[in-house]
Amino acid sequence: MQITTFISTHRKLLIGGFLLVILILLATLPFYGPDIGVRENIIFKIATILMYAVLAVSWAMFSGVIGYMSLAPAAFFGLGIYITAMLWGEVPLVVVYLAVMICCFALAMLIGLVTLRLKGIYFAIFTFGLVFLISYLFLYYELNVLHQPGHTNNNPISTQTLYFIMLGLAVAALFTAYFLRRSRLGLAMRSIGGNEAAAAHMGIDTTMVKVLTFAITTLFMGVAGATYGAAMSFIDPATAFSLDYSFKPILMAIFGGMGALYGPVIGAIVFPILEFQLSSDFPLYFPIIFGVILVLTVLYLPGGVAVPIQRLGTKLWTRLTAKGGEAEQYANN
Amino acid sequence: MLEAEAIPGIIVNGLLRGAIFALVALGLNLQYGVGKVFNIAYGEFLMVGALVTFMLYTSAAGIDPLVSMIITGSITFLIGFGLYRTMFTSLRNRLPPAAFEGSSLLAAFGLIYIFQNIALLISGDIPSKKIIYLNYSREFLGVRIPINQLVAFGIAIAIGVAFYIFVNRSRLGKAIRAAAQDPATAGLMGINIKLVLALCFGFGALLAGVAGSLVSTYASVSEVMGLGYTVTAIIVMVLGGLGSVPGSFVGGFILGIVSTILVRLELSSLLVPIYYGIFLILLIARPTGILGKR
Repeated sequence: MQITTFISTHRKLLIGGFLLVILILLATLPFYGPDIGVRENIIFKIATILMYAVLAVSWAMFSGVIGYMSLAPAAFFGLGIYITAMLWGEVPLVVVYLAVMICCFALAMLIGLVTLRLKGIYFAIFTFGLVFLISYLFLYYELNVLHQPGHTNNNPISTQTLYFIMLGLAVAALFTAYFLRRSRLGLAMRSIGGNEAAAAHMGIDTTMVKVLTFAITTLFMGVAGATYGAAMSFIDPATAFSLDYSFKPILMAIFGGMGALYGPVIGAIVFPILEFQLSSDFPLYFPIIFGVILVLTVLYLPGGVAVPIQRLGTKLWTRLTAKGGEAEQYANN
Repeated sequence: MLEAEAIPGIIVNGLLRGAIFALVALGLNLQYGVGKVFNIAYGEFLMVGALVTFMLYTSAAGIDPLVSMIITGSITFLIGFGLYRTMFTSLRNRLPPAAFEGSSLLAAFGLIYIFQNIALLISGDIPSKKIIYLNYSREFLGVRIPINQLVAFGIAIAIGVAFYIFVNRSRLGKAIRAAAQDPATAGLMGINIKLVLALCFGFGALLAGVAGSLVSTYASVSEVMGLGYTVTAIIVMVLGGLGSVPGSFVGGFILGIVSTILVRLELSSLLVPIYYGIFLILLIARPTGILGKR
């Protein structure tokens, strides 16, 4: 049998197998490598990449599909960090997660119910300031009620635990994104993204769909934050609610492209690696580079790098199959 | 708590603050209302204005902030005009209006990082940036008024009035109003729509740059001051109503008085949450703003 026809008939199986191999490699990664120090360092870096993948994928799941720009991944991520700062050490991690999920879901529902009924721009405006809002509330609480700024985490989780939880979260976020795309809810989301008025006339409860999906995506951000918070040794509002956690995932998702499931993942792999390489030598230049890349991507690559990658893939494929076809003809002659 | 005697002081200080807020919101109103760019990098123009004023004042020439206002206004105008002519025009040409709003917002998001970090590169190693300018106060009807803030207030009001007259009386102002209502039709009527929109974006940046110069006469300057002013400008703009010049002033004064009360009650760390509380109530009750058109 021809290799190309084999690939095209078993395409899904092959992609699934390929992803499974990557997953197994990632899952067993902490167990090999020569030096324990080097290993720890690499695992931490990959955990960071996975964390950004969770944020970027969950951001694209809502904003990329529906077209309402949420500028607040940092708000939910930071909320996760902060609730962990207050609870971790007293209750098990599962309880912390539960508390974080309830808070994020409730907050997202509240914001969604108020702002998602209005024009898209109000949602962007509101979420933009949300990070400041929550961060200042926590700051006020710490200064005036606790009289002690910041929390020290006496018993941070190990890098390995951080890594495995982030890996699990990233897989969960990708699965959710995948199934959301194929579900009725996903169809409703896409029709809202296409034309909201038409979607409403088709009988879709647009507000409900928007609010619900927004709230679902914030769960991932919150839990990622909680996990990250449990690994940090010191937490204060400025570090937990850094605008970077809003900016970077959005940049990654846009750079990678939101049309494809793997787009945000590409961004989440490229930028942290760039940052690891550049941040020590050029601490001030690399945010400028990030900004320039974001602007250029919005201007010249509206679909992200996933579009040229897909195009290249199709081109290669057609060339491969064309060649394969010729070879087959020769063989028949 | 607040005593009755404190009320005149609060109102005066609130108005002094509010006029600057109004000026800041006016520029954003122009950029969003006409240019349709929701420019979240708006506060960065203010930062540029304040920083340039500080640099000129502390340089060998020691230029007076009120003189450098003209310089900062021109610089930010050119940056704004240039950005609109290149970036936003190319986005506008390619995208339908709905997609333009989201994309231009994201592009502006990138601008924040570019502006801030270039500023940090230039002046990040200067520890504290504060101009001592007209630093005395006069007692008037029992209220102590800082002169530098009073000057800033006067200039802000003058610019606001001049701007109002410009938009409502001049030929270019008419073109701007037409472009705000319906750019396509305005273009058909012979208005050079690309130029008018870029001018509006530039004027918005100019107002921010001038406001930056004024702010630097009484408050300390930093590379990251822009975001706070962006948030304030957004809230004042929505509070007063999109596209309304008097609305911006009403919104500015309200926010100015609220913030003065909070500072007086030593609750200044709650400023942003309370701004947002106001914003939230407004969104529920009257999304078009106090003086906005429905």
